[in-house]
Amino acid sequence: MATRTVSITVNGETHTRDVEPRLLLVHFLRENLDLTGTHIGCDTSNCGACTVLLDGKSIKSCTLLAVQAHGKAVTTIEGVAQGGQLHPLQEGFKEKHGLQCGFCTPGMVMRAVELLDKNPDPTEDDIRWGISGNLCRCTGYVNIVKAIQYAAEKMQAEEAVEA
Amino acid sequence: MQPRTSEKICGMGHSMKRKEDARFLQGKGNYVDDVKLPGMLYMDIVRSPFAYAKIKSINTEAALAIPGVLAVITGETLAQYNLHWMPTLMSDTQMVLPTDTVMYQSQEVAAVIATSRYIAADGVEAVEVEYEPMQAMVTPFQSMEPGAPVLRTDKEGKTDNLAWHWEHGDREATDKAFASADVVVREKMHIPRIHVASIETCGCVADFDPVEGKLTVYMTTQAPHAVRTVLALVAGHVGLSEEKIRIISPDIGGGFGGKVPVYPGYVVAIAASVVIGKPVKWIEDRSENLQADSFARDYHMDCELAATNEGKIQALRIKTVADYGYTDAAANPSKFPAGLFSICTGSYDMDTAFTEMDAVYTNKPPGGVAYRCSFRVTEAVHAIERMVDVLAQKLQKDPAQLRFNNFIQPEQFPYQSPMGWEYDSGNYPAALQKAMDIVGYEELRREQAEKRARGEFMGIGISSFTEIVGAGPSKHFDILGIKMFDSCELRIHPTGKAIARFGTKSQGQGHETTYAQIIAEELGIPALHVEVEEGDTDTAPYGLGTYASRSTPTAGAAAAKAARKVRNKARKIAAYLLEVSEEDLEWEPGVFTVKGAPDKSTTIQDIAFAAYTNHPQGMEAGLEAVHYYDPPNLTFPFGSYICVVDIDKGTGEIKIRRFVAVDDCGNIINPMIVQGQVHGGLTQGLAPAMYESLIYDEEGNILNGTFMDYLLPTAVETPNWETAHTITPSPHHPLGAKGVGESATVGAPPAIVNAVVDALSPLGVTHLEIPMTPPQIWEILNAHGVAE
Repeated sequence: MATRTVSITVNGETHTRDVEPRLLLVHFLRENLDLTGTHIGCDTSNCGACTVLLDGKSIKSCTLLAVQAHGKAVTTIEGVAQGGQLHPLQEGFKEKHGLQCGFCTPGMVMRAVELLDKNPDPTEDDIRWGISGNLCRCTGYVNIVKAIQYAAEKMQAEEAVEA
Repeated sequence: MQPRTSEKICGMGHSMKRKEDARFLQGKGNYVDDVKLPGMLYMDIVRSPFAYAKIKSINTEAALAIPGVLAVITGETLAQYNLHWMPTLMSDTQMVLPTDTVMYQSQEVAAVIATSRYIAADGVEAVEVEYEPMQAMVTPFQSMEPGAPVLRTDKEGKTDNLAWHWEHGDREATDKAFASADVVVREKMHIPRIHVASIETCGCVADFDPVEGKLTVYMTTQAPHAVRTVLALVAGHVGLSEEKIRIISPDIGGGFGGKVPVYPGYVVAIAASVVIGKPVKWIEDRSENLQADSFARDYHMDCELAATNEGKIQALRIKTVADYGYTDAAANPSKFPAGLFSICTGSYDMDTAFTEMDAVYTNKPPGGVAYRCSFRVTEAVHAIERMVDVLAQKLQKDPAQLRFNNFIQPEQFPYQSPMGWEYDSGNYPAALQKAMDIVGYEELRREQAEKRARGEFMGIGISSFTEIVGAGPSKHFDILGIKMFDSCELRIHPTGKAIARFGTKSQGQGHETTYAQIIAEELGIPALHVEVEEGDTDTAPYGLGTYASRSTPTAGAAAAKAARKVRNKARKIAAYLLEVSEEDLEWEPGVFTVKGAPDKSTTIQDIAFAAYTNHPQGMEAGLEAVHYYDPPNLTFPFGSYICVVDIDKGTGEIKIRRFVAVDDCGNIINPMIVQGQVHGGLTQGLAPAMYESLIYDEEGNILNGTFMDYLLPTAVETPNWETAHTITPSPHHPLGAKGVGESATVGAPPAIVNAVVDALSPLGVTHLEIPMTPPQIWEILNAHGVAE
């Protein structure tokens, strides 16, 4: 099959590869770049395990072709912690026991990154609707909600200090 | 309960943050699909579009012509090696790939091996299969009709579609009790076919090394050791010997019982790797997972309860027709074809009970797995908890009061149930009272009365369940003959750190943390210094795996016992180091002190170092122990749940206003993890009560075989669970613990149904089938002219 050259910046590093036009972004990340933190949990765009950021917006990487990400910036779970320091969301998930098997977790965290970016002070309802495109089978969501609230509070406190 | 150990040691009772989280939170988990080996090939599967059909031909030519397609494996290919059939864990049989007939929609028909995932999928599209469809038998009632075609023609002499018939209890005494009872209530209920739907699907990477003759399989399995032994037994004739088989169960993205069975895909991938001599990866799509892997439940139950006019329950009788699909591919203990369904007398003291069951073959996928339930306990609890409410309604008694009047009382433990179980411990009134106090039961009943007067529909539902977990004692419990013990192998390193390996396998339960806490509790070594490993059959001690809430009751007990063996040896070394006799030493976590001489002491770390550097002459060096724990009895966790619902008269929507769950799982290892287990279990109880059910049309086509229409609850549908606990230790478990993984899945559905029935009871509603959907509720409201 004919290939196309794509250039995609992932977690700050630009990767240029020849790929089949039909290659899904999630497979590009997992198989071409060996970034296996992004998972696949369904084939109908319902579960959100494959959620990554594309130019800062959370998208389901099983529903986008790698060629559609050409020239764009992707952030995956591997790129969330900075300088060995966990992101407040990662910290929140651990502190509040917001994960069990861990399979949905990367997608959940990536979705929550954008959620808090757009809405730094969400209500519980905002959070529940905000993550309703991401399925978790283990936690019953209560502690995921708390994890996101933890991160929101921490990030706001940090911002207040910086300001 | 106050922890006995310090925060630093972090033994039992501490809400220690999980050790495994760091990798999961940074994308460094290692799930099966993350395994990538040099030269790895990919497998994809051709599946049947029909539920029941003859295969007239399979043409693989076009597929093999695609560059990158290396092989197409069919039933005929496997038949050459006599690998086209396999036993199920229930000693039934199952096709790996068919040679002439398909028995359910999406059954595996052929497998394409290719150099990439995408080319394998192209190959699947290009395989041409000609079928001759036959009329499928979709319900067990169709299958049981006289003259129905016999589905399992592979079984010699089979003349009907009955897989087996099972009876338990005292039929005669029960019939007699019913014949003379003041009151008999009866309700038929179906527990629909559902799916575990863990977010990670099933798959494997089979890696056969032709030079060493060694097969390594990375596999989504909850029971790696059992899989290895079964493989050795069924594939011995093609040269696979048990010491040359290594099963590795890496991180598992949720199991819930669905990753216990051996699916055809695993076997075909292994066969492909052996034949081709290269690693072969097979990962299911979600649709394949929902459509072909083991379902759960699908019991049609006819339930009756006999009682006095005053509401004293006397007898229970349940007759069940169970739909097993094409073959009995459950994973129950061998002597229990219907699992532990005989726990169905529940939390209530009654004279007698009897249950019987017909397990029936149909043209649906095989099963049924024990989905987050200790082998059919969910169905049993649904039956008894619904029936108690049906009786309360009939006698116009408060369902809480009726429960209090019938509970097995605390002083009756250990309690012999009429079905033959010995319940280890319990305090049922305390748990229900606590739930009622938290929810404000009396106040809610007053509110309900006011709302009823205004024509509003509000309901309060109770479920006071008893579970039966921790299979199990070797006298009665085995799977394919292998006894259901479990194990811990504990080794203390010279610097006082430890590694512990287990026969179980976490799928999210947090074993790396809780097992470390058990060892911390027993040895005083900080839990952070205890590395926990599971899932590799080359290194872990033999065990039957993780399901049926058995990890804490069996392997958790093994950890305590192994640690105590280590402590016994440590005491000898301490006596040597302190130059006193063993009897002169006192233990507190991590330190031996000479009685009456508090300044003379030695730590477990010092002792560990001495075990390798300065051990007493004549004593073996090292500090380690292995324990295979054979539980003397099962454990019986319990709880009381109360659900409060409001019904929207305009839409029929059921709104869960509150849900209070009081669980008692005995002594608690990690309260945070226990609460997390309850949250998850409750959500998996909510799901079948209100959303999930696998639906088939009359041709046997699945109508909701994807996540688009098989509705898992999201964060929006899931209520804010309120949890609490009482503690009644198990008298026979070394730590007094009972296991908790499944209580909530089992206990939640009847609480929700009871609440909705309670809400609609002024309309004469006495029962609702699950899942209870808004259209179903709205129809009832509309039929009574109260819909808005």
